[in-house]
Amino acid sequence: MSDARRLIFDRVKAALAGVADKRPLPDYPPDAARTRGAQSPGDPIGRFTERLEAVRGRAFTEPGALGAWLRQQGATRGYCDPALADWLGPALGPGIALATVFERARVDDFQFGVTRARGAIAETGSLILDDATTASRLGALAPWIHVALVAPGDVLPDVAAALAALGDDPNVIFCTGPSKTADVEGILIEGVHGPGEQVALIHPFGRT
Amino acid sequence: MSGEPVDAFAAAQAEGRRNAVRLGAKAEYDKRLKTLGRDYADPDSLRRLAGDIKQHTLDHLDVYLERAVAQLESHGAKVHFAADGEAACQAVLEILAARGAKRVVKTKSMATEEVELGAFLERHGVESVETDLGEFVVQLDKDRPSHIVKPIMHRDRREVARTFEGHGLGAYDDTPEVITRRARQHLRRKYLEADVGISGANFVSAESGRLVLVTNEGNSRFCLAATRCHIAVVGIEKLVPRDRDLAVFLNLLARSATGQTLSVYTEFIAGPRAAGQPDGPEEMHVIFLDNGRSEILAGDCREILRCIRCGACLNVCPVYRQASGHAYRGVYSGPVGAVLTPLLAGEHFADYADLPRASSLCGACNEVCPVDIPLPDLLLRLRDRGKRAGVRPAGAAPSMASFARLASRPASWRRALAAGKLLRLVPSFLRPRALRVWEQNHALPSWRGGAFRAWMKTRARPETKTAPP
Repeated sequence: MSDARRLIFDRVKAALAGVADKRPLPDYPPDAARTRGAQSPGDPIGRFTERLEAVRGRAFTEPGALGAWLRQQGATRGYCDPALADWLGPALGPGIALATVFERARVDDFQFGVTRARGAIAETGSLILDDATTASRLGALAPWIHVALVAPGDVLPDVAAALAALGDDPNVIFCTGPSKTADVEGILIEGVHGPGEQVALIHPFGRT
Repeated sequence: MSGEPVDAFAAAQAEGRRNAVRLGAKAEYDKRLKTLGRDYADPDSLRRLAGDIKQHTLDHLDVYLERAVAQLESHGAKVHFAADGEAACQAVLEILAARGAKRVVKTKSMATEEVELGAFLERHGVESVETDLGEFVVQLDKDRPSHIVKPIMHRDRREVARTFEGHGLGAYDDTPEVITRRARQHLRRKYLEADVGISGANFVSAESGRLVLVTNEGNSRFCLAATRCHIAVVGIEKLVPRDRDLAVFLNLLARSATGQTLSVYTEFIAGPRAAGQPDGPEEMHVIFLDNGRSEILAGDCREILRCIRCGACLNVCPVYRQASGHAYRGVYSGPVGAVLTPLLAGEHFADYADLPRASSLCGACNEVCPVDIPLPDLLLRLRDRGKRAGVRPAGAAPSMASFARLASRPASWRRALAAGKLLRLVPSFLRPRALRVWEQNHALPSWRGGAFRAWMKTRARPETKTAPP
């Protein structure tokens, strides 16, 4: 044990030795922080879509419709998770080129990135990405448009459920809408360092 | 001019900046109120729950810290301890030296701000780039953040545009969107070139060892996607017992800070990247920082260590809104800064003893605090400590002791009332100094002294108690 570590633990223990009434860990129900809107279970996918749109994200259920929207945005060059490319390439329709390796040198060239999400949160409209499911952290972050494939069965009701499902992945991230800032005069600008468009493709591809 | 430093800062502040801070703080406060009330039937009980969880963690900090360290180490993270800011900076430098790292990208972190890590690294030949847009502007300007969450709340778009122009980031253009796009282009080069990403942490779950990082811009995610080594500098008070407790804190943090339901990027980091993931750190270091926290834990203001740095107490505070963050002369401003800055100053306590006095004790800071810190009580305890340490107020407030002598002797009280009436007739420059100073910022109301005594003498006693209407 390093000297600094021992010193700090000794100081903390000495500080706490003088505390007479240590507060117990409160016992509280799992839904204590659940928001009013998430209290009735309802249809989690409908709720997720509604919340995603409320945080200025987009949802598609058909790859063809997603492809049409991408073309409309002028987004024809993208990164795609290699496990999805064979299916998604034809499904997006003509005029869209997919690369299955995120080359750093092409960081400004990729107009969109397609990855798989581990799940989603209906309460907040968040996508859940992790290291095991999401093929490239950069592919989901650097391009202007990020598309995450969400399997309908992976939509969790609320933040508490998503925390209970963190599992043993070393890196899990909840993405709630496009990257944004209001640092300059409080004016909201989207697409600061991450995507200006956060898109969910809700589709059961690869699930039986 | 009153001699209290906060007043002097407030008075010297440019009108534009005062307005920017006042309006910015109020806008954040309004958003908070709207989302908390919309989403929770009883937000107050959630705040109290969060306060209880956090106080419990602090009361058992040794246990939880031990647990978090064991978890982090079992996931392959290297854990370090730093007794003070100097030691934290040295620890970072040693990690960089071992990797031959010369370029660092940083996320916004109050702990690294507190130990002045960026400046330290620059002095040692390391390029350290702040990646949060506000912090980036602060770094270019060699300014200091004026708000915990909104570092450039005091600046307008024209100032930011001039800064960008001055640093070769394009011709003058004060459109916020153009400013943001230029930062995006400039900073993504920096991420991709950097050797190491440095962050703080908003929370650490002792149960799983997971660090929680919260941002809106996605800059911390970019640091952890582009670099090969992650260093987190984390105050020892950042712990919470379990992953499930994070639901309480994350829901409160985003709503209290910016009125969002959840911040855009909420990242849970248990260790280096997984095998098979091409992006992100293969090496992770966590530096737990004491820097005065264990001393605060031993004292009578320990509740301040519950703070989750949301900025709600700044936004609601009438003093902060007038004075802005720089008046607090430290990293932390507003009510939390008025408590933390003197406490963290250690032997230089007296230099900041004026901060706890710069409050009307209106209590709004406690009402908005997501972890229910009794800020007005802590301000009073620090005033008391200042008094015991013999720190004299620079202003000219009359002492309460003389008031007590006056008010407890009927004869002196009557004479004082008469003197009060006469005071109106005395020209301003002949009035007592204390009153002259006070009158610079206040209007003396018309004298009504004695009215109560007169009424007492002449009132008719009611024969029976009447029921209220």
